[in-house]
Amino acid sequence: MSTVFIALQANEDTRPIIDAIVIDNPDCTVNRQPAMVKIDAPGSLTVRRDTIEEQLGRAYDLQELNVNLITLSGNVEEDEDTLTLRWNS
Amino acid sequence: MQIDLRTVSIQPQRQAFDHLVRRFGDKPASRYQEGSYDIQATENLHYRPTWDPDQLIYDKSITRIVMADWYALKDPRQFYYNTYTLARARQQETTEANFSFVESRGLAEMIPEDLKQTALKVLVPLRHAAWGANQNNTFVCGYGYAAIFTQACMFHAMDNLGIAQYLSRIGLLLGDTEALDDGKKAWLEDEAWQPLRRYLEDCLVVRDPFELFVAQNLALDGLLYPLVYERIVDGYLSSGGASAIAMLTQFMNDWHDETRKWIDAVLKTAAAESGHNREVLQEWCAKWGARAAAALLPVARLALGSAAEEVVGEEMAALKARLIKTGIEI
Repeated sequence: MSTVFIALQANEDTRPIIDAIVIDNPDCTVNRQPAMVKIDAPGSLTVRRDTIEEQLGRAYDLQELNVNLITLSGNVEEDEDTLTLRWNS
Repeated sequence: MQIDLRTVSIQPQRQAFDHLVRRFGDKPASRYQEGSYDIQATENLHYRPTWDPDQLIYDKSITRIVMADWYALKDPRQFYYNTYTLARARQQETTEANFSFVESRGLAEMIPEDLKQTALKVLVPLRHAAWGANQNNTFVCGYGYAAIFTQACMFHAMDNLGIAQYLSRIGLLLGDTEALDDGKKAWLEDEAWQPLRRYLEDCLVVRDPFELFVAQNLALDGLLYPLVYERIVDGYLSSGGASAIAMLTQFMNDWHDETRKWIDAVLKTAAAESGHNREVLQEWCAKWGARAAAALLPVARLALGSAAEEVVGEEMAALKARLIKTGIEI
Protein backbone atom coordinates (compact mmCIF):
# COMPACT_ATOMS: atom_id res chain seq x y z
CA MET A 1 0.00 0.00 0.00
CA SER A 2 1.36 3.42 -0.86
CA THR A 3 2.02 6.00 1.76
CA VAL A 4 0.70 9.54 1.89
CA PHE A 5 2.05 12.25 4.13
CA ILE A 6 1.51 15.77 5.32
CA ALA A 7 4.23 17.97 6.79
CA LEU A 8 3.50 20.91 9.06
CA GLN A 9 5.67 23.44 10.81
CA ALA A 10 6.31 22.51 14.42
CA ASN A 11 4.82 25.29 16.51
CA GLU A 12 2.04 26.09 18.97
CA ASP A 13 -0.52 26.48 16.16
CA THR A 14 -0.02 23.03 14.72
CA ARG A 15 0.04 21.08 17.99
CA PRO A 16 -3.75 20.65 18.18
CA ILE A 17 -3.86 19.87 14.45
CA ILE A 18 -1.30 17.12 14.88
CA ASP A 19 -3.21 15.75 17.88
CA ALA A 20 -6.39 15.73 15.80
CA ILE A 21 -4.72 13.94 12.89
CA VAL A 22 -3.39 11.29 15.26
CA ILE A 23 -6.87 10.79 16.74
CA ASP A 24 -8.49 10.45 13.31
CA ASN A 25 -5.76 8.29 11.78
CA PRO A 26 -4.62 5.73 14.32
CA ASP A 27 -2.33 4.05 11.76
CA CYS A 28 -0.27 7.13 11.07
CA THR A 29 3.34 7.67 12.10
CA VAL A 30 4.35 11.01 13.57
CA ASN A 31 7.80 11.99 12.62
CA ARG A 32 9.11 14.95 14.62
CA GLN A 33 11.97 16.66 12.88
CA PRO A 34 13.64 19.98 13.64
CA ALA A 35 10.99 22.68 13.07
CA MET A 36 8.80 20.24 11.16
CA VAL A 37 6.40 17.45 11.90
CA LYS A 38 5.82 14.93 9.13
CA ILE A 39 2.90 12.58 9.43
CA ASP A 40 2.97 9.46 7.27
CA ALA A 41 -0.03 7.24 6.83
CA PRO A 42 -0.52 4.05 4.85
CA GLY A 43 -3.21 4.34 2.18
CA SER A 44 -4.99 7.52 3.18
CA LEU A 45 -4.99 10.31 5.71
CA THR A 46 -7.93 12.42 6.78
CA VAL A 47 -7.89 15.77 8.55
CA ARG A 48 -11.24 16.60 10.13
CA ARG A 49 -12.36 20.07 11.07
CA ASP A 50 -14.48 19.06 14.07
CA THR A 51 -11.67 17.01 15.63
CA ILE A 52 -9.34 19.99 15.31
CA GLU A 53 -11.99 22.25 16.82
CA GLU A 54 -12.29 19.91 19.76
CA GLN A 55 -8.54 19.96 20.34
CA LEU A 56 -8.28 23.68 19.76
CA GLY A 57 -11.31 24.86 21.73
CA ARG A 58 -12.52 27.29 19.06
CA ALA A 59 -14.05 27.36 15.60
CA TYR A 60 -11.58 26.44 12.88
CA ASP A 61 -11.53 26.96 9.14
CA LEU A 62 -9.63 24.17 7.40
CA GLN A 63 -8.02 26.74 5.12
CA GLU A 64 -6.06 27.96 8.14
CA LEU A 65 -4.09 24.76 7.74
CA ASN A 66 -2.30 26.28 4.76
CA VAL A 67 -0.56 28.82 6.96
CA ASN A 68 1.52 26.11 8.59
CA LEU A 69 1.55 23.55 5.81
CA ILE A 70 5.00 22.74 4.39
CA THR A 71 4.23 19.99 1.96
CA LEU A 72 2.02 17.00 1.35
CA SER A 73 1.88 14.01 -0.89
CA GLY A 74 -1.17 12.28 -2.29
CA ASN A 75 -4.20 13.43 -4.18
CA VAL A 76 -6.18 15.95 -2.21
CA GLU A 77 -9.90 15.70 -1.70
CA GLU A 78 -11.13 18.71 0.15
CA ASP A 79 -14.38 20.15 1.39
CA GLU A 80 -15.34 22.39 4.28
CA ASP A 81 -15.17 19.66 6.90
CA THR A 82 -12.43 17.31 5.78
CA LEU A 83 -9.20 17.12 3.88
CA THR A 84 -8.27 13.66 2.65
CA LEU A 85 -5.03 12.53 1.08
CA ARG A 86 -4.93 9.29 -0.90
CA TRP A 87 -3.43 7.86 -4.05
CA ASN A 88 -6.12 7.16 -6.59
CA SER A 89 -5.57 3.63 -7.71
CA MET B 1 36.76 18.52 -1.71
CA GLN B 2 33.11 17.80 -1.40
CA ILE B 3 30.94 19.27 1.29
CA ASP B 4 27.67 17.60 2.19
CA LEU B 5 25.06 19.71 3.87
CA ARG B 6 22.79 17.72 6.08
CA THR B 7 20.44 18.29 8.96
CA VAL B 8 21.39 16.81 12.26
CA SER B 9 18.39 16.22 14.41
CA ILE B 10 19.19 16.45 18.10
CA GLN B 11 16.67 14.72 20.32
CA PRO B 12 16.09 16.82 23.40
CA GLN B 13 16.83 15.04 26.68
CA ARG B 14 13.28 15.59 27.77
CA GLN B 15 10.29 16.67 25.73
CA ALA B 16 8.17 17.90 28.62
CA PHE B 17 8.03 18.08 32.39
CA ASP B 18 7.84 14.69 34.09
CA HIS B 19 4.33 15.21 35.43
CA LEU B 20 3.10 16.03 31.93
CA VAL B 21 4.87 13.02 30.47
CA ARG B 22 3.10 10.83 33.03
CA ARG B 23 -0.23 12.27 31.91
CA PHE B 24 0.10 12.68 28.18
CA GLY B 25 3.02 10.51 27.16
CA ASP B 26 6.46 11.51 26.02
CA LYS B 27 5.73 14.29 23.54
CA PRO B 28 6.08 18.05 23.54
CA ALA B 29 3.49 19.61 25.84
CA SER B 30 1.39 22.66 25.02
CA ARG B 31 1.73 25.84 27.01
CA TYR B 32 -1.79 25.29 28.30
CA GLN B 33 -0.77 21.92 29.71
CA GLU B 34 2.36 23.35 31.26
CA GLY B 35 0.46 26.23 32.78
CA SER B 36 -2.46 24.25 34.16
CA TYR B 37 -1.90 20.60 34.96
CA ASP B 38 -0.79 19.29 38.34
CA ILE B 39 0.25 22.64 39.73
CA GLN B 40 -2.19 22.55 42.64
CA ALA B 41 -0.30 22.41 45.94
CA THR B 42 -0.97 18.97 47.42
CA GLU B 43 1.82 18.22 49.85
CA ASN B 44 3.61 19.74 52.80
CA LEU B 45 0.56 21.60 53.97
CA HIS B 46 1.14 20.86 57.63
CA TYR B 47 -1.43 23.04 59.24
CA ARG B 48 -5.14 23.12 58.99
CA PRO B 49 -6.60 26.58 58.50
CA THR B 50 -7.29 28.26 61.83
CA TRP B 51 -10.56 29.64 60.45
CA ASP B 52 -11.88 26.12 59.87
CA PRO B 53 -9.84 23.29 61.41
CA ASP B 54 -12.27 20.71 60.00
CA GLN B 55 -11.00 21.20 56.48
CA LEU B 56 -7.64 21.17 54.78
CA ILE B 57 -6.28 24.30 53.13
CA TYR B 58 -6.98 22.78 49.72
CA ASP B 59 -9.73 20.33 50.37
CA LYS B 60 -11.50 18.15 47.82
CA SER B 61 -14.19 17.21 50.31
CA ILE B 62 -15.67 20.69 50.78
CA THR B 63 -17.87 19.97 47.80
CA ARG B 64 -20.28 17.10 47.40
CA ILE B 65 -18.97 16.46 43.89
CA VAL B 66 -16.45 13.63 43.89
CA MET B 67 -13.86 13.37 41.14
CA ALA B 68 -11.16 10.72 40.89
CA ASP B 69 -9.06 13.26 39.02
CA TRP B 70 -10.01 16.91 39.35
CA TYR B 71 -7.79 17.72 36.41
CA ALA B 72 -10.37 16.07 34.18
CA LEU B 73 -12.26 19.39 34.27
CA LYS B 74 -10.43 20.74 31.25
CA ASP B 75 -11.31 24.12 29.82
CA PRO B 76 -12.12 23.54 26.12
CA ARG B 77 -11.00 27.10 25.36
CA GLN B 78 -7.60 26.15 26.80
CA PHE B 79 -7.21 29.48 28.52
CA TYR B 80 -4.13 30.07 30.59
CA TYR B 81 -2.79 33.51 31.42
CA ASN B 82 -1.37 34.26 27.98
CA THR B 83 -4.21 33.08 25.76
CA TYR B 84 -6.79 34.56 28.10
CA THR B 85 -5.27 38.04 28.23
CA LEU B 86 -4.69 38.08 24.46
CA ALA B 87 -8.28 37.08 23.75
CA ARG B 88 -9.71 39.66 26.12
CA ALA B 89 -7.37 42.42 24.90
CA ARG B 90 -8.70 41.90 21.37
CA GLN B 91 -12.29 42.05 22.60
CA GLN B 92 -11.53 45.12 24.67
CA GLU B 93 -10.34 46.89 21.51
CA THR B 94 -13.57 46.03 19.72
CA THR B 95 -15.65 47.25 22.62
CA GLU B 96 -13.67 50.49 22.88
CA ALA B 97 -14.25 51.03 19.17
CA ASN B 98 -17.97 50.43 19.63
CA PHE B 99 -18.17 52.91 22.50
CA SER B 100 -16.31 55.59 20.57
CA PHE B 101 -18.49 54.95 17.50
CA VAL B 102 -21.62 55.50 19.54
CA GLU B 103 -20.16 58.54 21.32
CA SER B 104 -18.60 60.25 18.30
CA ARG B 105 -21.73 59.98 16.19
CA GLY B 106 -24.07 60.99 18.95
CA LEU B 107 -26.04 57.78 18.63
CA ALA B 108 -26.98 57.89 22.30
CA GLU B 109 -28.99 61.08 21.72
CA MET B 110 -30.90 59.44 18.91
CA ILE B 111 -32.31 56.70 21.13
CA PRO B 112 -36.02 57.27 21.85
CA GLU B 113 -36.37 58.57 25.40
CA ASP B 114 -38.63 55.79 26.69
CA LEU B 115 -36.27 53.09 25.40
CA LYS B 116 -33.33 54.88 26.93
CA GLN B 117 -35.08 54.89 30.29
CA THR B 118 -35.90 51.18 29.94
CA ALA B 119 -32.29 50.40 29.08
CA LEU B 120 -31.06 52.33 32.10
CA LYS B 121 -33.61 50.69 34.33
CA VAL B 122 -32.63 47.17 33.27
CA LEU B 123 -28.89 47.44 32.63
CA VAL B 124 -27.46 49.73 35.29
CA PRO B 125 -28.56 47.77 38.40
CA LEU B 126 -27.07 44.67 36.77
CA ARG B 127 -23.60 45.97 37.50
CA HIS B 128 -24.23 45.07 41.12
CA ALA B 129 -25.25 41.58 40.01
CA ALA B 130 -22.03 41.35 38.00
CA TRP B 131 -20.06 42.31 41.09
CA GLY B 132 -21.79 39.51 43.00
CA ALA B 133 -20.82 37.13 40.19
CA ASN B 134 -17.24 38.32 40.59
CA GLN B 135 -17.30 37.52 44.30
CA ASN B 136 -18.82 34.11 43.70
CA ASN B 137 -16.33 33.07 41.05
CA THR B 138 -13.48 34.27 43.22
CA PHE B 139 -14.85 32.06 45.98
CA VAL B 140 -14.99 29.05 43.66
CA CYS B 141 -11.41 29.78 42.67
CA GLY B 142 -10.34 30.02 46.30
CA TYR B 143 -12.01 26.87 47.58
CA GLY B 144 -12.26 24.74 44.47
CA TYR B 145 -9.67 22.12 43.65
CA ALA B 146 -7.25 21.69 40.73
CA ALA B 147 -5.72 24.65 38.94
CA ILE B 148 -7.27 23.66 35.64
CA PHE B 149 -10.69 24.42 37.08
CA THR B 150 -9.90 27.23 39.50
CA GLN B 151 -7.84 29.33 37.10
CA ALA B 152 -10.75 29.40 34.65
CA CYS B 153 -12.98 30.56 37.52
CA MET B 154 -10.58 33.40 38.26
CA PHE B 155 -10.66 34.48 34.62
CA HIS B 156 -14.44 34.30 34.82
CA ALA B 157 -14.38 36.51 37.92
CA MET B 158 -12.27 39.10 36.12
CA ASP B 159 -14.69 39.01 33.19
CA ASN B 160 -17.58 39.64 35.58
CA LEU B 161 -15.75 42.71 36.83
CA GLY B 162 -15.18 43.85 33.26
CA ILE B 163 -18.87 43.46 32.50
CA ALA B 164 -19.75 45.49 35.59
CA GLN B 165 -17.48 48.24 34.27
CA TYR B 166 -19.03 48.17 30.81
CA LEU B 167 -22.45 48.46 32.41
CA SER B 168 -21.25 51.45 34.43
CA ARG B 169 -19.97 53.09 31.25
CA ILE B 170 -23.28 52.51 29.53
CA GLY B 171 -24.99 54.14 32.50
CA LEU B 172 -22.61 57.13 32.35
CA LEU B 173 -23.03 57.46 28.61
CA LEU B 174 -26.82 57.38 28.63
CA GLY B 175 -27.64 59.06 31.92
CA ASP B 176 -24.49 60.47 33.54
CA THR B 177 -23.66 59.82 37.20
CA GLU B 178 -27.31 60.06 38.26
CA ALA B 179 -27.95 56.87 36.30
CA LEU B 180 -25.47 55.03 38.53
CA ASP B 181 -27.02 56.45 41.70
CA ASP B 182 -30.50 55.53 40.49
CA GLY B 183 -29.27 52.07 39.55
CA LYS B 184 -27.88 51.47 43.02
CA LYS B 185 -31.08 52.76 44.59
CA ALA B 186 -33.13 50.44 42.40
CA TRP B 187 -30.89 47.50 43.31
CA LEU B 188 -31.31 48.21 47.02
CA GLU B 189 -34.92 49.33 47.19
CA ASP B 190 -36.91 48.69 44.03
CA GLU B 191 -39.33 45.74 44.38
CA ALA B 192 -38.37 44.35 40.97
CA TRP B 193 -34.74 43.80 41.94
CA GLN B 194 -35.17 42.31 45.40
CA PRO B 195 -35.63 38.66 44.32
CA LEU B 196 -32.43 38.83 42.23
CA ARG B 197 -30.54 40.61 45.00
CA ARG B 198 -31.70 37.98 47.44
CA TYR B 199 -30.59 35.23 45.05
CA LEU B 200 -27.11 36.72 44.83
CA GLU B 201 -26.82 37.32 48.54
CA ASP B 202 -27.85 33.73 49.21
CA CYS B 203 -25.15 32.65 46.75
CA LEU B 204 -22.56 34.66 48.67
CA VAL B 205 -23.00 32.32 51.65
CA VAL B 206 -23.03 28.99 49.79
CA ARG B 207 -19.98 27.12 51.08
CA ASP B 208 -19.84 24.35 48.48
CA PRO B 209 -17.73 25.73 45.62
CA PHE B 210 -19.24 23.47 42.99
CA GLU B 211 -22.77 24.25 44.06
CA LEU B 212 -21.90 27.92 43.84
CA PHE B 213 -20.51 27.33 40.36
CA VAL B 214 -23.85 25.82 39.34
CA ALA B 215 -25.93 28.51 41.05
CA GLN B 216 -24.00 31.45 39.62
CA ASN B 217 -22.53 30.41 36.29
CA LEU B 218 -25.07 27.94 35.07
CA ALA B 219 -28.43 28.80 36.61
CA LEU B 220 -28.24 32.58 36.99
CA ASP B 221 -25.97 33.55 34.08
CA GLY B 222 -27.48 30.87 31.87
CA LEU B 223 -30.84 32.62 32.15
CA LEU B 224 -29.78 36.23 32.70
CA TYR B 225 -27.53 36.68 29.67
CA PRO B 226 -29.90 35.35 26.99
CA LEU B 227 -32.81 37.10 28.67
CA VAL B 228 -31.25 40.55 29.08
CA TYR B 229 -28.78 40.78 26.22
CA GLU B 230 -30.53 38.72 23.55
CA ARG B 231 -34.19 39.18 24.33
CA ILE B 232 -34.32 42.65 25.84
CA VAL B 233 -31.36 44.47 24.24
CA ASP B 234 -30.98 42.77 20.85
CA GLY B 235 -34.67 42.01 20.49
CA TYR B 236 -36.89 44.52 22.19
CA LEU B 237 -34.67 47.64 22.34
CA SER B 238 -33.07 47.22 18.90
CA SER B 239 -36.35 46.74 17.11
CA GLY B 240 -37.60 49.98 18.71
CA GLY B 241 -34.65 51.99 17.40
CA ALA B 242 -32.09 51.62 20.16
CA SER B 243 -29.63 49.38 18.35
CA ALA B 244 -26.81 51.60 19.61
CA ILE B 245 -27.24 49.87 22.97
CA ALA B 246 -26.79 46.50 21.30
CA MET B 247 -23.40 47.73 20.05
CA LEU B 248 -22.42 48.57 23.61
CA THR B 249 -23.42 45.16 24.97
CA GLN B 250 -21.89 43.10 22.18
CA PHE B 251 -19.18 41.86 24.51
CA MET B 252 -21.72 40.36 26.92
CA ASN B 253 -23.28 38.28 24.14
CA ASP B 254 -19.95 37.08 22.78
CA TRP B 255 -18.71 36.37 26.27
CA HIS B 256 -21.75 34.32 27.18
CA ASP B 257 -21.49 32.27 23.98
CA GLU B 258 -17.82 31.61 24.67
CA THR B 259 -17.97 30.86 28.38
CA ARG B 260 -21.00 28.55 28.21
CA LYS B 261 -18.82 26.07 26.31
CA TRP B 262 -16.53 25.91 29.29
CA ILE B 263 -19.37 25.69 31.82
CA ASP B 264 -21.06 22.92 29.83
CA ALA B 265 -17.79 21.00 29.51
CA VAL B 266 -17.21 21.19 33.28
CA LEU B 267 -20.73 19.97 34.06
CA LYS B 268 -20.58 17.24 31.42
CA THR B 269 -17.30 15.87 32.75
CA ALA B 270 -18.48 15.99 36.36
CA ALA B 271 -21.82 14.37 35.55
CA ALA B 272 -20.20 11.62 33.48
CA GLU B 273 -17.88 10.73 36.37
CA SER B 274 -20.49 8.95 38.49
CA GLY B 275 -24.18 8.49 39.21
CA HIS B 276 -23.65 10.24 42.52
CA ASN B 277 -22.30 13.37 40.82
CA ARG B 278 -25.12 13.34 38.31
CA GLU B 279 -27.74 13.21 41.05
CA VAL B 280 -26.13 16.01 43.01
CA LEU B 281 -25.85 18.17 39.90
CA GLN B 282 -29.44 17.47 38.97
CA GLU B 283 -30.56 18.53 42.42
CA TRP B 284 -28.56 21.77 42.27
CA CYS B 285 -29.54 22.63 38.71
CA ALA B 286 -33.23 22.09 39.44
CA LYS B 287 -33.13 24.04 42.69
CA TRP B 288 -31.13 27.05 41.50
CA GLY B 289 -32.59 27.04 37.99
CA ALA B 290 -36.13 27.44 39.28
CA ARG B 291 -35.05 30.12 41.74
CA ALA B 292 -33.12 32.04 39.10
CA ALA B 293 -36.08 32.02 36.73
CA ALA B 294 -38.34 33.37 39.48
CA ALA B 295 -35.80 36.04 40.42
CA LEU B 296 -35.39 37.23 36.84
CA LEU B 297 -39.11 37.43 36.06
CA PRO B 298 -39.69 40.87 37.65
CA VAL B 299 -36.53 42.17 35.93
CA ALA B 300 -37.81 40.97 32.56
CA ARG B 301 -41.14 42.67 33.31
CA LEU B 302 -39.38 46.04 33.52
CA ALA B 303 -38.80 45.88 29.78
CA LEU B 304 -41.14 43.30 28.36
CA GLY B 305 -44.22 43.86 30.49
CA SER B 306 -46.80 41.14 30.27
CA ALA B 307 -44.76 39.14 27.74
CA ALA B 308 -42.09 38.52 30.39
CA GLU B 309 -43.64 35.36 31.76
CA GLU B 310 -43.64 33.63 28.39
CA VAL B 311 -40.11 34.78 27.54
CA VAL B 312 -38.67 33.57 30.85
CA GLY B 313 -40.47 30.26 30.31
CA GLU B 314 -38.86 29.92 26.89
CA GLU B 315 -35.41 30.69 28.27
CA MET B 316 -35.92 28.13 31.04
CA ALA B 317 -36.82 25.54 28.40
CA ALA B 318 -33.68 26.49 26.47
CA LEU B 319 -31.60 26.06 29.62
CA LYS B 320 -33.10 22.62 30.19
CA ALA B 321 -32.31 21.63 26.60
CA ARG B 322 -28.74 22.87 27.11
CA LEU B 323 -28.43 20.80 30.29
CA ILE B 324 -29.67 17.62 28.63
CA LYS B 325 -26.65 17.79 26.31
CA THR B 326 -24.41 17.69 29.37
CA GLY B 327 -26.25 14.64 30.72
CA ILE B 328 -28.25 16.47 33.40
CA GLU B 329 -32.00 16.34 33.30
CA ILE B 330 -34.16 18.72 35.30
